Amino acid sequence: MASKPKKILIRDLDKAFGDNQVLRGVNLDVAKGQSLVVIGGSGTGKSVLIKCLLGLLKADKGVIEIDGVNIARQTGGDRRLMAQQSGMLFQGAALFDSLNVWENVAFRLIYAERKSRKHAREKAIDCLAQVGLAPEVGDLAPAELSGGMQKRVGLARAIASDPEILFFDEPTTGLDPIMADIINNLLVERVKALGATTISITHDMASARKIADEIAMLYQGQIIWRGKPGEVENSGNPMVDQFVHGRAEGPIQMQVRRDFTSRR
Amino acid sequence: MNVVAATGRLTLDAIGEIGRIANFAARGGTAWFVGPFYWRAFGGALARIGYASLPVVGLTAIFTGAALALNIYEGALFNVEAFLPQILGVSIVRELGPVLAALMVAGRCSSAMAAEIGTMRVTEQIDALSTLSVDPFKYLIAPRIIATTLALPLLVLTADIIGVYGGYLVSVYALGFEPTHYITNLVDFLSVDDVTSGLLKAAVFGFLISVMGCYYGYKSRGGAGGVGSATRTAVVAAAVAVLASNYLMTSLLVEV
Ligand SMILES: Nc1ncnc2c1ncn2[C@@H]1O[C@H](COP(=O)(O)OP(=O)(O)OP(=O)(O)O)[C@@H](O)[C@H]1O
Ligand SMILES: [Mg+2]
Repeated sequence: MASKPKKILIRDLDKAFGDNQVLRGVNLDVAKGQSLVVIGGSGTGKSVLIKCLLGLLKADKGVIEIDGVNIARQTGGDRRLMAQQSGMLFQGAALFDSLNVWENVAFRLIYAERKSRKHAREKAIDCLAQVGLAPEVGDLAPAELSGGMQKRVGLARAIASDPEILFFDEPTTGLDPIMADIINNLLVERVKALGATTISITHDMASARKIADEIAMLYQGQIIWRGKPGEVENSGNPMVDQFVHGRAEGPIQMQVRRDFTSRR
Repeated sequence: MNVVAATGRLTLDAIGEIGRIANFAARGGTAWFVGPFYWRAFGGALARIGYASLPVVGLTAIFTGAALALNIYEGALFNVEAFLPQILGVSIVRELGPVLAALMVAGRCSSAMAAEIGTMRVTEQIDALSTLSVDPFKYLIAPRIIATTLALPLLVLTADIIGVYGGYLVSVYALGFEPTHYITNLVDFLSVDDVTSGLLKAAVFGFLISVMGCYYGYKSRGGAGGVGSATRTAVVAAAVAVLASNYLMTSLLVEV
């Protein structure tokens, strides 16, 4: 593990929105071709972390190295080079609703790589098939799809141009268990086939165990634990324990009114 | 003292906002100096902004031309048959055609742009664009700005013709003017400068309208409410920009 080159390296990453200090010195690294899953409670800053890596949000402080190059302070054109080799599945899918499904999937091929629409369409239909969607779906508008279907289209769009780095923000949320497992298999297979480095966010522990080479837990703006999927059950860390077993009682206190939760 | 401080703060805020808009306009307006060019996005914008605005601009022009003819007739003391087409032509071509068409387009299109781009912002579609290596300024902003800047002079030219025709209808059928008189009086009096100055204004209006629509959409935050207020602000800002720049340009053009 230590001998492999680091594809992504994060040091002391801070990000605040006004008074809301979301990330407080995140340290994390991912070796080339590895799959890291980030778990953590709702609102702990998992999506913010990924957006900082993609340059969609500007970190306040810290280092983000991709292939040894610090991109935390880069903007504009340089950052776009980074975007060129990465793919992202957004938590809310973020499909372009003015384009139909196949144009969404083929977006980068058409608009960034300037491939012919015919070629791009074939590739898009192929990617849709990989996420279990029929070719006819390609001609629908995103608004005509169910939430789970939108998620899969977002996934197809992220993998369509075979990027080196893949970010998945809750890839299996909103999918039925069978489709979730198909997507898990797809993620594992893409990573194997492409040698892609991936960071995924999930609340779904079954999914995490399946797709992760390593799991890291984000809590109060820091990575408080990381380890192999097999170790997560017996991590010895009370926070991880509570999260993995989904218990309301424990060291992690959710911001809810006590009288309300106890009545349920 | 408090009033002075508040006024100062407001002024500084306004200057800051104008600076940000100017910066945005420069970025959006120059994004197409180098490729890639997204012609499909440009064509779509041109159809939505230019072609689809024709009916509303035409209606505005014909009623304004007609009403103007009645007003001039009422106010004229002598030689109204020569006078009316001349005043009507100059008013429409230099002033009313450009301003009214621009205000209609501001209402119709700056709101639509702000809503479209604002929705894309709050649903992370703009973020998705950059992760797919496509510059939002090239794909979203520049096509809209260029399309509106080109479309508005064409719309105004149409409005000029229809507006003058509205005056013609009233003059000939309601006031009993001689049709050929109306046309010769109008054509002899109107200069090419009158028309081009109106079209020049129109191009500037188109630029300002699209910049406001795109800017307020692009920076909108926080869900449906954010998009709603972005839309509102965009329409008001576009209308104010049209009227203020109209005065400025007119004072420059009249002096020449
Ligand atoms: N653009 C933004 N402006 C202001 N605050 C933000 C913004 N984006 C996120 N936040 C805040 O950052 C914190 C972390 O948000 P984030 O979306 O990263 O949570 P998350 O860990 O992904 O949660 P979930 O599992 O529910 O998706 C939240 O408190 C949120 O309010
Ligand atoms: Mg999230």
